Formats: sequence, structure tokens, C-alpha cells
Amino acid sequence: MPITITLPNVLARLADGHRTVEGAGDTLGDVVADVSIQFPSLRSRLVDDAGNPYPFVTYYLNDEDIRFAGGFGATVRDGDEVIVVPAVAGG
Amino acid sequence: MTTIAPPLPAGPAAPPDRPLALDGQATATHAVPPSARGGIDPLPLICRRCGARFDPAPIAICEECLGPLDPLYDRLRPLPDRATIAARPASLWRYREWLPFAGTPTLSLDTGCTPLVDAPALARTLGVARAWVKNDSVSHPTLSFKDRVVAAAINAAVAFGLDTFGCASTGNLANAVAAQSARAGLPAWIFIPHDLELGKVVGTLVYGAHVVRVQGTYDDVNRLCAQVADRFGWGIANVNLRSYYGEGSKTVAFEIAEQLGWRLPTAVVAPMAGGSLVSKLRKGFAEFQVAGLVDGPLPRLYGAQAAGCAPIARLVESHGDRIIPELPRTIARSIAIGNPADGLTAAGALRETGGWAAAVSDEALVRGIRLLGESTGIFTETAGGVTVAAALDLARAGHLRPEDEVVLCITGNGLKTVEAVTTALGDAPIIAPRLRDLEPLVRAAARGESPTH
Repeated sequence: MPITITLPNVLARLADGHRTVEGAGDTLGDVVADVSIQFPSLRSRLVDDAGNPYPFVTYYLNDEDIRFAGGFGATVRDGDEVIVVPAVAGG
Repeated sequence: MTTIAPPLPAGPAAPPDRPLALDGQATATHAVPPSARGGIDPLPLICRRCGARFDPAPIAICEECLGPLDPLYDRLRPLPDRATIAARPASLWRYREWLPFAGTPTLSLDTGCTPLVDAPALARTLGVARAWVKNDSVSHPTLSFKDRVVAAAINAAVAFGLDTFGCASTGNLANAVAAQSARAGLPAWIFIPHDLELGKVVGTLVYGAHVVRVQGTYDDVNRLCAQVADRFGWGIANVNLRSYYGEGSKTVAFEIAEQLGWRLPTAVVAPMAGGSLVSKLRKGFAEFQVAGLVDGPLPRLYGAQAAGCAPIARLVESHGDRIIPELPRTIARSIAIGNPADGLTAAGALRETGGWAAAVSDEALVRGIRLLGESTGIFTETAGGVTVAAALDLARAGHLRPEDEVVLCITGNGLKTVEAVTTALGDAPIIAPRLRDLEPLVRAAARGESPTH
């Protein structure tokens, strides 16, 4: 079973309109890299130039902010769910 | 007591994201072009990061780089002079040329113009020349500065034809959105952490809003609301209406300047949650400078956080360039945001004005609440206690100086968070209705003993 990534509307347009995409890999970084191959326009809005999470999005792996869970190095399993939301919200 | 009352490069214009229906399919947007509705027109938007421009819309994120969007003001718009502003009704709309709309607002016309209270006893305690309290704990209608930002956001929501208004909140915003929605006749959906203080929950439910308590912290609530705005196309004050919402905070700065007789204090201490308030204080003071309404340097801005959730203060202290999110552990729930959206901007505002930040313990914030009450007669909530305690720390550390004229921004009312001080204050004595029962208490008070136990 692949890993599901839910995108905000502002990024769905870069994934051919898909709000949910799927990728594979052992770590979150692997999954994001796989999705970036499928949708090249997404890459620069998911990953920064240094290979880290793009600073204007926040990733949640199974509801946990990945900054508390190992970042892109976090291990993922089949069926895991990833949510991406814009970082600028709230307050 | 004193009481009153840049051009950037063009980029692509784009329509707002379309909301999705419950089946996930794109639907017609709820937004109606404001020009077709008459009344107030929200301003266009510009990306703070890349300069891309967008038509007025309920969006807060740049479609090009995902950076934050700000309203784009016409540099050549006519601006009022001091006398014109002073002659206007006592509400935040007296500064309407610096709020993100063209035309005349129709909603929440009586918010703003809270007292600026002279606080000589507090000044002596801080060791500064003068101190004032900007007392938004008596803001209309819900006793916090969030009334200001909601006044801006709800006018935007209605201008865009959005049929539902809402927010992610630590409490004060929930109160303000619920109350102002009720008055405007808009359905409201309010999302709060499940363990919020009772006063803030009741103070939201009473207005008939849909209140949803979400398991987790404010940051979990905020994530859900980002998805809610996408999914349902509602106007979420601090998500997709955030560009308009945040501008309401500038009116705190405008009022301080006017209430001081069209001059600026030397220092301002304000609480930090998402970081928007100090960022907008800086913007507001600077806008009045540019308009020629005030002279002199910008006040040094100081940010206050609870030590149990202080990502912005730690960013400032570490001279870092990236927010490190935290899991909140503090009774100051109204400012317990571990992943502050405007953290970097706030830290920049503090640094650029020569200010600093302080983080205080929960015990210190309770003492701060009591100090403010006993020295000024103002009962503030936990965020206000943080502000007072931080001001004390900043004074001890030499950041606040003997010649300073300091304004403390007290942003919320203590009746909303009585749990925070109940234990510290103790119980009032109960006596029979006889003088002989009272006399020992009076004698004890004369000896300087507390009347409470």
C-alpha cells in the first residue's frame, strides 16, 4: 500500500489538480522525492534547495508535525498518511 | 487616566482557490466579486516574499511561492490629517485609510478606541519615566484585542460574499468571531483546543456559534482549519482572510500615537502568540511616520511569551533564522502557539527596532496579573500577566531604561481566565453580619496581613 499525501488547493494545481497523491519509499523524504518525480512542478514547493522541507509548508505524518518526528528522515510504513498545509496560517 | 478615543513589481493576478464539495469535487466558489456587491471593496494583495500580485480574494498564500500576502495600498491615496482623524467617531475605522478596504465598512463599526491608562505606580515598579497600559481588556464587544482583527476580517468576508465565517482560536478570537458573526447574521464555525478555559468556551457558545473542540493543541486546530478553508470555502478569519484580518492589529499602534498626543512612546511591550501583533505594531507606527502624523524614532518593540511556549523569544535570543516549533506547556493558553506563522516577521520587528524578547514562567505571569491589578485596577488574563512579567524582566535586565516612556499592551480580560489566579488569590473570609467578626479582620489588615486565606 502506498503512502498518501494530501495537498492544499494551492499545491493541487501543481499536481494536475489532484488533492491527494501517492508515493513510495522507506522515509518521508523518499516518498516526497517519488511524488516530485510524478509531478515535477511540485518539487520546488515541497523541497528547498538543500533538500529540506520547503519552509512555507508544514508536513504532518499521521497527524504529527514532522519537525517533532524526524523530518524527512522519518520512517514511513504502508498506509501512512501525510498532510501538507501552508505554513502561514493562524495566530 | 487618558482616554479618547511601497511600490513592488507586478506579478500575475490569479483567482482564489476553488473550494471542494463534500465529495471532493470542485464547486463554484462562494466568493462574489466585491465590485458586483457594492459597499466595501477589499484591496488587492501582494506577496511579501516574491512580490506577485493578486486580485482581491479570500486567499492569504501566494500561489507562486506560498509566502504570505499583504494588502496592497495605493501610495497616492489621500490621507487625513490629525484634526480630520480626531473629529471622526471613536472607533478603529477612524484610521480607515490604513485599513485594507476601499469604500465604507458596514459591520463592527464600534470596535476600537480602548483606553490608554496612565500607570504611575507601574512605572515606579519598572523604574521608567512613564508607563501606560493600552487596555484592550475592555475592548468592544468581547474584551480582547481580537475584536479589532475580526472587525477587519468580517467586513472582508461579507464583501467577498462568503456565507460562513470561522476561525482557529485559543479563545479570544473565538469570542470575537462568534459575537461579530452573530451581530452580522453570519453562521460561524469556531475551532478551539479541547481543553480551553471555561470562560472562553462559554463566551463563544453564548452567541450561537458552532463550536468544535479539537483534541490536541492550538497548532493541531490550526492545521485542521487550513484544511477546512480549502474544503468548504468558508471565510476563516486567520486562514484565508488572514491578509485582511491582520491589518486590524495596526490600530493599536495608531491609537497609542493619537492618545499620546500624536507622538510615539520609546518602548512598547506586547504579548506574542502567532507573532502578528508586534509585526503589525511596527507596521502601524511606521505608517504614521510616513504619513507625517508623528515624528521621532520608532518605539523599541519588546515581545513577551510564556516560557512554556516561547518559540519566538528563543529565536530572538539565539539570533536564529528559523522557528523551531514547540509543544506548549503553559497556562497562558491564549498565546500558546508552538508554530507561530508570523514568528520570523515578529523577530525581525523586535530586532529592527532595537527591542528584545522575554519568556516568563507561569508563576511569574500570575504575579504579573496581580501586580497589574493592584497597581492599575486592570484585571487581565494570562497573556497580560505574561506582558507585565516580561516587562519586569526586561527592566531588570536593563532593556527598559529610566528615561523610557513605555506602553504595555494588555490584550485580554482576566474574567476569561479566572482559573489562572484562583489558587494564588485564595478565598475571601466569610463572617457573620456582626462587627465583632469584622474587627479582627480590620486589625489584621492594619498589620499588613492579607484579608484572604
